Amino acid sequence: MTSLLQQLVLGLLIGGLYGLAAAGLALVFGVLKVLNVAHGQLIMLGGYGAFWLFALAGLDPFASLALVIPGALLLGVLLYLGLFGWVVRAHEETRVKNSLLIGFGLALALDALAVRLWTADERSITTRYAGSVIDLWGISVPLVRLASLVLAVALIGAVHLFLVRTRWGRAIRATAEDWEAALLTGIDVRRAYLLAFAIGTALAGAAGTLVSVGYSVSPSIGLEWTLKALVVVVLAGLGSMPGTFVGGLVLGLAEALAATIFGGPYREMVGLVLFFVVLVARPQGLFTR
Amino acid sequence: MLEVEGLEASYGPFLVLSGVTLTVRQGEIVALLGPNGSGKTTLIRCIAGLLRPRAGAIRWEGRALGDAPAHTVVERGVAVVPEGRRLFGSMSVEENLALGAFAPRARPGETARLERTYAIFPVLRERRRQLVRALSGGQQQMVAIGRALMADPRLLILDEPSLGLAPRVVESIFGVLGTINRAGVSILLVEQNVHAALGLAHRGYILESGRVATEGEGSALLRDPHVRRAYLGPLAR
Repeated sequence: MTSLLQQLVLGLLIGGLYGLAAAGLALVFGVLKVLNVAHGQLIMLGGYGAFWLFALAGLDPFASLALVIPGALLLGVLLYLGLFGWVVRAHEETRVKNSLLIGFGLALALDALAVRLWTADERSITTRYAGSVIDLWGISVPLVRLASLVLAVALIGAVHLFLVRTRWGRAIRATAEDWEAALLTGIDVRRAYLLAFAIGTALAGAAGTLVSVGYSVSPSIGLEWTLKALVVVVLAGLGSMPGTFVGGLVLGLAEALAATIFGGPYREMVGLVLFFVVLVARPQGLFTR
Repeated sequence: MLEVEGLEASYGPFLVLSGVTLTVRQGEIVALLGPNGSGKTTLIRCIAGLLRPRAGAIRWEGRALGDAPAHTVVERGVAVVPEGRRLFGSMSVEENLALGAFAPRARPGETARLERTYAIFPVLRERRRQLVRALSGGQQQMVAIGRALMADPRLLILDEPSLGLAPRVVESIFGVLGTINRAGVSILLVEQNVHAALGLAHRGYILESGRVATEGEGSALLRDPHVRRAYLGPLAR
């Protein structure tokens, strides 16, 4: 019983990162109607960014978020202006196809770049407090991962508030729903696209940083994280940031359950099974009305 | 105020507008009528900047419109209520109205204009927190018109506001359009509901296969035997 609870707690902790990873992908997909399959590679870059800041400058990984997030925002702007901004000029139906081509190309390029810059070795950030564990009624909660979950919740909350409360946040949601109607109300939808893409990239960068502290990064994690994020987006639908985040928690818990009941190898399978079942039974996502 | 001259537009190889010329003068209500496929909505899309015309000119207050990006049209004082309303259904009434005042020019006085919009459509004030997609068709049309009014337009363009609404609702909406017009807003009204539209409009144009077939005073068009036969049915006298 304790071991199941222990697994569930660990599942919840990584689920928070799934949710954060998926939120960026969902934002970009929902607003631009573009599927960025290189989203996982952006997470990887965020992880290496924090790793470098730690290894070269001795910066605490949580503090480095203050640099990684603006850096990722800037990277998002450049990627939009250089690559994805061209895709959104296409008709909505051809957008996804074109974005897949560009996304896969970008993913391959970034994978190769990561091997060049950081070698194929696994890296993780080992701080002085890395091994700290909080004991809760016999269940040990790794401090770093707990802090990551709290930060993920805070980031999702901040983006949610931005989307709901601010003028440009509202404009982004309007663009996601009907870009022509958004144009008619005077919204520069290209700017809304740019903003959404940059925020999506920033969320990926933040997720990567947290991955590099609680887990590890290597040049090959990009595709894995894209897949996780994609499963969560299908689970939760594109309704809202909190909905997507909860989808991430659900995936984390489901993986923990599968691993405990059926054994470790089934951890990776459960997401794909959920993916399939949800697509067949409820293609609009679990939390979309 | 609004001058459309020799406008030609096409979707791919299909010419939809072949030389449309019309004007809307200050303070006027102009009806644009015509059967399905005659090019009414295409003309609106050109004015709104959503479709680039192939030839011809659109001038608004003496300056060219239609070359500028679509989102700047409303900034210049032209608001469009599109066909099918095109509201943001997952947002509340108040959020939809707030988006109407997104253009920088419309931001000063936003609160006062919201009050005025609620005064015109009191039911929207009661429902301001509700999601738009939960409203009835008539109420949604009110939100659509309200959203356009929030931009503080000098010209209001409506594409088939009566579509799918009960006659009583249409009557009240058209009544509101009259009130808006008396407050100084010019109106270009695209309609299939010929009787209601010409009853309200000062002048009208009849579009047929991409060109203006007839034009004239609203009441005169209503009496025109050709118009009556074509749009009110063979039994109309």
